[in-house]
Amino acid sequence: MVALQVKDLSKSFGNTRVLKKINLTIDEGSFIVLLGPSGCGKSTLLNIIAGLETIDEGNVFIDDYNVSKVEPKDRNIAMVFQSYALYPSMTVKENIIFGLKQARVSKKKIEEQLEKVASFLKVDELLNRKPSQLSGGQRQRTAMGRALVREPRIFLFDEPLSNLDAKLRVEMRHEIKKLYTSLKTTMVYVTHDQVEAMSLASKIAVMNEGIIQQLDAPQKIYDKPNSLFVADFIGSPSMNFIKGTITRDSNSIIFIPNGENEINFDLTHYEFIDKIEDNQRIVLGLRPEYVSNLEDNNKNMKKLSLKPVIIETTGFDKNVTFDFAGSEIIGRFTPNSGVELNKNHNVYLNLSQISLFNEKTEMRM
Amino acid sequence: MSASNSLNYKKLEDKSRIKNLFLRYFLYIILGLFAFYFIFPLYVMLVTSFKTMEEIRQGNLLTLPSQLNIDSWLVAWGGRGYGAGDTYLRPFFWNSTKMVVPATIFSTFIGAMTGYVLTKWRFKGDNWVFLFLLFGCFIPYQAILLPMARTLGVLGISNSIFGLIVVHSIYGIPFTTLFFRNYYVSIPNELIKAARIDGAGFFKIFFKILLPISAPIIVVTVIWQFTQIWNDFLFGATFSFGEAAPIQVALNNMVLSSTSVKEYNVDMASAIIAGFPTLIVYVLAGKYFIRGLTSGAVKG
Amino acid sequence: MFKWLEKNLPKIVIAPSIGLISWFVYGFILWTFYISFTNSKILPRYELWGVGQYVKLWGSRKWLIAVDNLLIFTVLFLVICIVIGVLLAILLDQKIRAEGFIRTIYLYPMALSFIVTGTAWKWILNPTLGIQKLFIDLGFENFTFDWLVNREMAIYTIVIAGVWQSSGFIMALFLAGLRSIDDEIIKAAKIDGANLFVVYGKIIIPMMRPVFFTSFVILVHISIKSYDLIVALTQGGPGISTTMPALFMTQAAFHKSQVGLSAASAMMMFMAVAAVIIPYLYSELRRENVS
Repeated sequence: MVALQVKDLSKSFGNTRVLKKINLTIDEGSFIVLLGPSGCGKSTLLNIIAGLETIDEGNVFIDDYNVSKVEPKDRNIAMVFQSYALYPSMTVKENIIFGLKQARVSKKKIEEQLEKVASFLKVDELLNRKPSQLSGGQRQRTAMGRALVREPRIFLFDEPLSNLDAKLRVEMRHEIKKLYTSLKTTMVYVTHDQVEAMSLASKIAVMNEGIIQQLDAPQKIYDKPNSLFVADFIGSPSMNFIKGTITRDSNSIIFIPNGENEINFDLTHYEFIDKIEDNQRIVLGLRPEYVSNLEDNNKNMKKLSLKPVIIETTGFDKNVTFDFAGSEIIGRFTPNSGVELNKNHNVYLNLSQISLFNEKTEMRM
Repeated sequence: MSASNSLNYKKLEDKSRIKNLFLRYFLYIILGLFAFYFIFPLYVMLVTSFKTMEEIRQGNLLTLPSQLNIDSWLVAWGGRGYGAGDTYLRPFFWNSTKMVVPATIFSTFIGAMTGYVLTKWRFKGDNWVFLFLLFGCFIPYQAILLPMARTLGVLGISNSIFGLIVVHSIYGIPFTTLFFRNYYVSIPNELIKAARIDGAGFFKIFFKILLPISAPIIVVTVIWQFTQIWNDFLFGATFSFGEAAPIQVALNNMVLSSTSVKEYNVDMASAIIAGFPTLIVYVLAGKYFIRGLTSGAVKG
Repeated sequence: MFKWLEKNLPKIVIAPSIGLISWFVYGFILWTFYISFTNSKILPRYELWGVGQYVKLWGSRKWLIAVDNLLIFTVLFLVICIVIGVLLAILLDQKIRAEGFIRTIYLYPMALSFIVTGTAWKWILNPTLGIQKLFIDLGFENFTFDWLVNREMAIYTIVIAGVWQSSGFIMALFLAGLRSIDDEIIKAAKIDGANLFVVYGKIIIPMMRPVFFTSFVILVHISIKSYDLIVALTQGGPGISTTMPALFMTQAAFHKSQVGLSAASAMMMFMAVAAVIIPYLYSELRRENVS
């Protein structure tokens, strides 16, 4: 069942087009994360879904009803904000039941709902406190309580963890995840943090400059990014990009990195290699975990001898940066690799894990 | 849920649109009424000043003059030309000018230095010093009128513009200090530390680093002091009389003086002349002034 | 020697300020305080006399009328300015066209002196040629408006002029307060289904408590110091029906040659202001220290 659908949605602020014909379908019970850098339009999209922003073109459907012109309070949604947006002059209890009171729900029902939500989120001890007397985590739980108590069809989250310190962020992320698994309500979550996106989402919509670049499950986005932008945005340390040209030989297809005419990669094995023409300029993407000091028994390994310029210890492994093909690539080495600065070392590239991108369009091939 | 629900959605949408339109009109009406209330006196002053006394007696507050008769303006500014007993504003306008400029400069400068010290050269008890000075903003001046009158007399500067300059300069210090202190408090101390590491001393830091970025608060302070001093009546009336009086005192005297016939048009012209400088300053620079005043300068 | 100079330069620089204020503010107030306990008439006498001046003060009919007027004026002035200020601020917060222009109109009265304001309103409220004539000309033949010369009503003319002068400033304070409210709170309220009145009434106005407090202090302060406006508008009259403490003080010292009595009245004014300002400064400083 489709819970939310956005059709051909466009929005401009003044002369800037913030959303360009967005199409998005969200199944009931799924957790969609709108991920992207500042200014990509993700918050605007969320506000339009909520009814807090007007639409220039296009429509929004909730449960098959066109809600494009419906007030937020009638859309059966609830929202959690980055700054919690709690009403400062009201107690936690008053904050939580405020929406129910506006909807003229019966006193009895209000008490029932309040009890359920307060104990579920463990804010029942805090009901008589004012927001200024709460910690960051308590405020966020109160904000979630306010959303939960409405029993909405869709939960909206607008970067709710950005204001928290690192440790609290992880804690609250787990709380949100637990909330989702127990309620299984449809959730739309906006963030710029790809770690959050990867851990919470059932599907991620990666956005940039007003369009959705890719909508997929987290692992798929990680393994098979649609474009250079998505490939670069997801994953830390980010994917290595090597620019070069494809040369077709009689029986092999070779990739020659720019400026390294001595070196070539045999890419005959690549799944879509037939789509690539001779002399086409492409970008070869390879995640750092597939650039290693360990030889694999994989027949698609490429061995290089490279000089490290930066070595960073993470404890679990070492991130080693090498000069190559006019720029740099990063590999993840085992801690005991014996790698040293400015001394050539053997580097093994697992070419069966590459992604190829058309240099001009930046799209996956 | 079915199509009937989408109908409900549509009805809600129409009703709220009509309500919004109605509220919008209501809003502009109220704003308009208040605009009328505030503009009304200015309109009346202007209109009255251009009428003849005959027109004033025939018409009412709102009626426009048949022509722009500037006689009352000339009388208000330069008098009727018959010597003794003829009061007009010109000399007092200049008195006020001669008073405002030095007093504003002096108090602004002192306030800047004091605010600078209190925020960037902290010492034990500096908050108390600030409070000590701040208190001067709030005292009713009646509490110092008597001793000040005596002091000015003893110093031989009572009934002089110089005396008024002294008075306004001194009592301006708490305000100017407040403005600069609140402004400098939010300038990061790292700026000063970096300068000290570079070897700059007390005065150099002030003139080369703080002063160049003090433009907003200097504007606020100067406008405030100018307005306060130009508009003052209490000090002017208490510490001066006759020739050394500032303009507000002169205005009041002119309006109250019972010559044979009350000339309302001259009164109004005089009032406008007396109010004109501060009004112009407000119209031109008021935006910056209000912004500065309501944001930080008076918060503490 | 130079080292000492350099080290203490900051303190030396603010020494003049501290010195001037110590003398001309605190010193002078103490002098006035002292004199209020003497029997000074035309010139100050320094033999202590006890609380005679205060007894005389509170036994004076004129002083009691002055205090009574002050109370009436303060309450009306305070309430009306705040109501108008809040109302106009809320209206202006609604994304009005030409907002800057309208704001200028509401605020320009603050730029004028009380003498100019008083002179203008004195003419407007002129018993024969002012408002009264205007309404008669507009068709209300039996309209009278002689408040300015009416002993009972004259005090209210001062309220009208005072409100005209100061409510714009209160509006500016509240507008700044309204604008500083986090947008997300309004969004949350919209989702919660609150209509405009509920949003303002239950959420925004309660958040404005500090601004109410500041406005209260500023307005009371202006009110206690009222002098210029009264001199220009009514000269304390008709008779003494609109006299106020500030007027009383000046007249006692310079017209009635009662310096001791004047000092006593000045001290009463001082104490009234202190009663409002000191708690305000205390709470503001505490807030600054806590944050």
